[in-house]
Amino acid sequence: MKVTFVERNGNLVAKIRGEIDHHTAQNIKNSITNEFAKSNAKNIVFDFAHVSFMDSSGIGMVIGRYKELQKSGGRVFAINIGAEIGRIFEISGLKRIVPCFAGLDEIENNLGVGI
Amino acid sequence: MQNIFEMKFLAISQNQAFARVCAAAFAAQLNPTLAELNEVKTAVSEAVTNAMIHGYGAGCDDEKWIYLRCQILDNEIWVEIEDKGMGINDIAAAREPLYTTKPDEERSGMGFTVMEEFMDEVVVHSALGEGTVVKMSKKITQ
Repeated sequence: MKVTFVERNGNLVAKIRGEIDHHTAQNIKNSITNEFAKSNAKNIVFDFAHVSFMDSSGIGMVIGRYKELQKSGGRVFAINIGAEIGRIFEISGLKRIVPCFAGLDEIENNLGVGI
Repeated sequence: MQNIFEMKFLAISQNQAFARVCAAAFAAQLNPTLAELNEVKTAVSEAVTNAMIHGYGAGCDDEKWIYLRCQILDNEIWVEIEDKGMGINDIAAAREPLYTTKPDEERSGMGFTVMEEFMDEVVVHSALGEGTVVKMSKKITQ
């Protein structure tokens, strides 16, 4: 598991590589929290393009960031979710609070027009 | 076709991926689709997580084992995950979506919901102080 970051226009993109489960979720959380604190970003964007597996530990981890950012008025988005992670998003209701997009460009194009 | 396999492993999170991959590799004999295989993997991952976090709690040591038993019966895969931990006080409540006894640890409370969604049947037996067995089955389309 590895997380790399890109900051662009107020969005901190966390590119997660590997599997998200009970074993890895805590480290992913710590790495994102630390990077976000150092950054000037307002929002967090989870990039799932290279996530090969995710169970409900991932739901808890994403909701955790959502709750944290609610306090500062920031948003949480997801990009590149495939069919399998998409189903976990559906079942858990995560899709209702964490909008999913094809990529960062789409988020930037839509910010400010009602997402 | 009938086939059985059984293993036990320590209740440490390093074994999380190992356990679900073992169950999926066994289920692969039924020629499941990638989606079906992922569903079995995810359901096993949820049950194993529950055994580690809730069954045994923090500070697992050498004596804490999780048992994984899989059986293939015709075109159906059966998976059983057992721990000898503290047991579940209220099974019906534990199966409710979003129910968690550990909200501070960013647990979503969706473990059983995911198991129920991804498998055909999920049966839970638990006794306080003795442990929990989760038995799940799924028909593989062929």
